[in-house]
Amino acid sequence: MAGSTFYDQIAANRRNSFLMAGLVVALLGLLGFAIGYAIFGSLGGGVLTTAFAIGLGALAGVGTYVAGDSLVLAVSGAREVDESQAPQLMNVVREMAIAANVPMPRVYLIDDTAPNAFATGRDPAHASVAATTGLLEKLDREELQGVIGHELSHVRNFDIRFSLIVGVMVGAIAMLADFFLRFTFWGGGRSRDRSGGSAQAVVFVIAIVLAILAPLISRFIQLAVNRQREYLADASSVGITRNPYGLERALAKIAGDQEVLEVANRGTQHMYFTNPIKKFEARSSSLMSTHPRIVDRINRLRQLTGEAPLAASDEAQLAGLD
Amino acid sequence: MNLAPIIIIAIVVILVVLAIGIYNGLVQRRLRIDEAFAQIEVQLKRRHDLIPNLVNAVKGYMGFEQKVLTDVTNARAAAVAAGAQGPAQQAAAENMLTSTLRSLFAVVENYPELKANQNVLELQEQLTTTENQISFSRQHYNATVLDYNTAIATFPNVLLAGPLGFTKREFFDAEPEAANVPNVDLSLS
Repeated sequence: MAGSTFYDQIAANRRNSFLMAGLVVALLGLLGFAIGYAIFGSLGGGVLTTAFAIGLGALAGVGTYVAGDSLVLAVSGAREVDESQAPQLMNVVREMAIAANVPMPRVYLIDDTAPNAFATGRDPAHASVAATTGLLEKLDREELQGVIGHELSHVRNFDIRFSLIVGVMVGAIAMLADFFLRFTFWGGGRSRDRSGGSAQAVVFVIAIVLAILAPLISRFIQLAVNRQREYLADASSVGITRNPYGLERALAKIAGDQEVLEVANRGTQHMYFTNPIKKFEARSSSLMSTHPRIVDRINRLRQLTGEAPLAASDEAQLAGLD
Repeated sequence: MNLAPIIIIAIVVILVVLAIGIYNGLVQRRLRIDEAFAQIEVQLKRRHDLIPNLVNAVKGYMGFEQKVLTDVTNARAAAVAAGAQGPAQQAAAENMLTSTLRSLFAVVENYPELKANQNVLELQEQLTTTENQISFSRQHYNATVLDYNTAIATFPNVLLAGPLGFTKREFFDAEPEAANVPNVDLSLS
């Protein structure tokens, strides 16, 4: 991406997300087809289960589209607040909404001392932003602007919709694969012994391999996109606030915070500002991590301002805490 | 059959349709400017309303700094009066008000009782957010003005803009200090 501008970056990201969403849906269909062919031993059966798989995914997708944000907010223990309960948070969100040119979202507070935040909703007109009480206590106004700017970038770039719907698709793939593997285990698909040729046996093996690999692949895709989105939202936040230092300080401060966010779980961790689950495996820089390392995010911000990257000693210190 | 009249009529119809399209496009851009300006005005009005409260809240404490308070009051009156004089004038008056407010808050820093006063803290937060909202609304307004001014100055719109009464709009200028903000390079390598 040498020499590309910020706006090219956003456009490229949009393209990527369509591609990735398409890939996940294709994977769902492919898995459905292989399972159907393996069980029924005919193309018609394959098409039938493909339709069933895509239908299942679509149904879950629509359900999420309509009610996903309420569900996420409810499991996170977020309560809606107004001007009198959290004046500064409301003010900062309003400022950032003006700057990002999106409608004022609904604002929620989570009673937890761990500093974190997330955004959800199906589009900018139906968006919600949630922050923890710890975030409001530990960050100053400028840092809070950086974090809220990051969250409203997710809103403006439609990351919130992507994250809701792809999350459900990935879940549907896992469910379907699980169902098939159990079905096989309990002796399903025996019809191949009576009527099937060697082609069906081959498809059966392919279906098993797919059922094992598809959930992993779809999860890798989801997480890879999510990590890219975090970088983009950081850069967008700087574009909105015109101030890279607030966000950079917020990241450093949160990296150094030892609190654990109790209400976050594996299903919602990817939505947060930084990974709320502070277990070593969950935050190492592997294929399975939801967020880039905080030091990498800080270094990208420093690149924007033309500063030198963090010194090795600072990096080691922050990485140890992250 | 003679095709010439039909061709001429067709060309005229196409030209009229194009002209209508250009006209509607320019009107839409002009409306966006008015909308963006209305957004700034809401914030400016809010700031004008908040200032007397702030002045009253700090008046009792600041025996020695009466001048700072009169500066703020005068700047506010000038800004309210400049409301009818067009964006450029108004921007100048509002920038003056912003800088007097900054000196007021700098003085407040020297009074521990004021810094601990809940009422003053709330007013300070309200004025900070209003100021931020003004500056973000101003960015948006200036972007719409730039878009409109570019549209009326480029071909083919420029042929119609003058005769139809579309004239250049003024920017709501950024305050002088804004020019000193460190330059942020948004290109990602």
